[in-house]
Amino acid sequence: MPDSHPSAVTEPIPADSVGLITPEVAHFDTPLALACGKVLPAYDLVYETYGTLNAQRNNAVLICHALSGHHHAAGYHSLEDPKPGWWDAHIGPGKSIDTNRFFVVSLNNLGGCHGSTGPVSHNPETGRQWGPDFPMVTVSDWVNSQVRLADYLGIERFAAAVGGSLGGMQVMQWTTAYPERIANAVVIAATPRLSAQNIAFNEVARQAIRSDPEFHDGWYAEHDTVPRRGLKLARMVGHITYLSEDAMGTKFGRDLRTNDLNFGYEVEFQVESYLRYQGDTFSNSFDANTYLLMTKALDYFDPAAIHGGDLARALAPAQCPFLVVSFTTDWRFPPPRSRELVDAMVSAGKPVSYVNIDSPHGHDAFLLPEARYQAIFSGYMSRVARDLGIREAR
Amino acid sequence: MMRADLELIYDWVPQGAHVLDLACGDGTLLETLSQQKNVSGYGLEIAPDGITACIARGVSVIEHNLDDGLGAFADQSYDLVIMTQALQALRRPDKMLDEMLRVGKEGIITFPNFAYWRHRVHLGIRGYMPVSKSLPHAWYDTPNIHLSTFNDFEHLCRDKGLMIVDRAVGVGDHRGHWTSRLWPNLFGEIAIFRVCQRT
Repeated sequence: MPDSHPSAVTEPIPADSVGLITPEVAHFDTPLALACGKVLPAYDLVYETYGTLNAQRNNAVLICHALSGHHHAAGYHSLEDPKPGWWDAHIGPGKSIDTNRFFVVSLNNLGGCHGSTGPVSHNPETGRQWGPDFPMVTVSDWVNSQVRLADYLGIERFAAAVGGSLGGMQVMQWTTAYPERIANAVVIAATPRLSAQNIAFNEVARQAIRSDPEFHDGWYAEHDTVPRRGLKLARMVGHITYLSEDAMGTKFGRDLRTNDLNFGYEVEFQVESYLRYQGDTFSNSFDANTYLLMTKALDYFDPAAIHGGDLARALAPAQCPFLVVSFTTDWRFPPPRSRELVDAMVSAGKPVSYVNIDSPHGHDAFLLPEARYQAIFSGYMSRVARDLGIREAR
Repeated sequence: MMRADLELIYDWVPQGAHVLDLACGDGTLLETLSQQKNVSGYGLEIAPDGITACIARGVSVIEHNLDDGLGAFADQSYDLVIMTQALQALRRPDKMLDEMLRVGKEGIITFPNFAYWRHRVHLGIRGYMPVSKSLPHAWYDTPNIHLSTFNDFEHLCRDKGLMIVDRAVGVGDHRGHWTSRLWPNLFGEIAIFRVCQRT
């Protein structure tokens, strides 16, 4: 959650950062069958790694990203980078996911707009951009592609798969689809399925994009334009659901940008200015088709559905211990949704620990540093390292 | 080295039992039981430090307020439900006892015996609310809102028609001396009960 407009001042890279990072690209030629019935003949996945894969190859940790996330989870791409990767608070030397011990793999999911094959990529069959033709991908498709990335990197089994929000859903999918390939699962600020309210918010976001005259049924690139207003609105409404009422109140209250009311519709309240800024930034950096398909992946995720709604049965194949974390003021995926997952795991007899962290920051809390969150997260990861005999690299 | 009441409980837990530990603290008991007796199960805890300690040692712990009951846990799904030193801090200890024996086949409960002679001296002779090793808080900030005695608990079990499988007392860091076995309500500092439904 960027607090302010990025500053131009270049500061030295902190000692607890993974430092300068260069993304890499893995190309896959084996066709990937998708849940929607279509087949992706070939694709690229862009990813970053932090730390070193040990000789036993048992210290790899997979990071699964959320709705608007990407592969750049930690460190800096250049010395001029105004801010580090999106989960830098938790990944680095001495941090919760300690890169002195773990080899961290973070990728951009299929359908993304940060380098992995997605709507902005070239479609070799048509010779044009994929655009709206890019097949709808689901959480299980993502996990299937992540398994291929693991194979490519020579990782037989991850020490842990970790993810917040939509990332947590991918972790759940790993535990049931590939139980033998992960040793631990960390599911943060997630839910086993979206509520009607969650889907409703996603639909407002989609309608905002699709009704923008610049959308052109998804072929905006060919019209040399971007549905910027739609994306901006989508992000503004999404952003409201990431923050808590208290966090917004504390941050902005009813503060005005000028001293007096001006009885017009220009920006008056600070919160309006903030949301518009968030929306503008996002609409300049994110692809509308990607946003549409990622919100659909969220809506579709429901592992219990094929088991008649019985989540415990859906979790039956899982073999590894879970850590489930929620945040008290998260109203997007509130603590009872995490508790639902935990209760299902308990009735399935799976090892699980659950913590509800007191935080004022709403859903966004999973991205931020907080003393208790860090104590739990690092305590869990240390135990993972201990159980697997992973030593600190010198 | 475990607390005296935990050592006694350790002896009572059968090999390979499926256990729910209510107010599991830092997870010492569950860790020892899983390492040495192949016990499985979960701890419930509300204190942040306890939860962090459990997670660091690899004990499955669930953040949960016992006053919310055990609704999520299925009937008779545990061999044993253990609750050490928490009964007296609950809003409705009697209802928790019902819950424990709904979820588990057997329950083990420990609590500070308010009728311990030292406590009686505090209250009966000196005229102050007792403060001791087992009751370390002042009256105004104590979490212990439902203090009871060895006899009180036996009464409650009788009223509920429960069977007391075993009972013991702890004094200080030791298991009870012969005096405390003979007169538990007077010489037992910690009351330890093992109960089940009468079949």
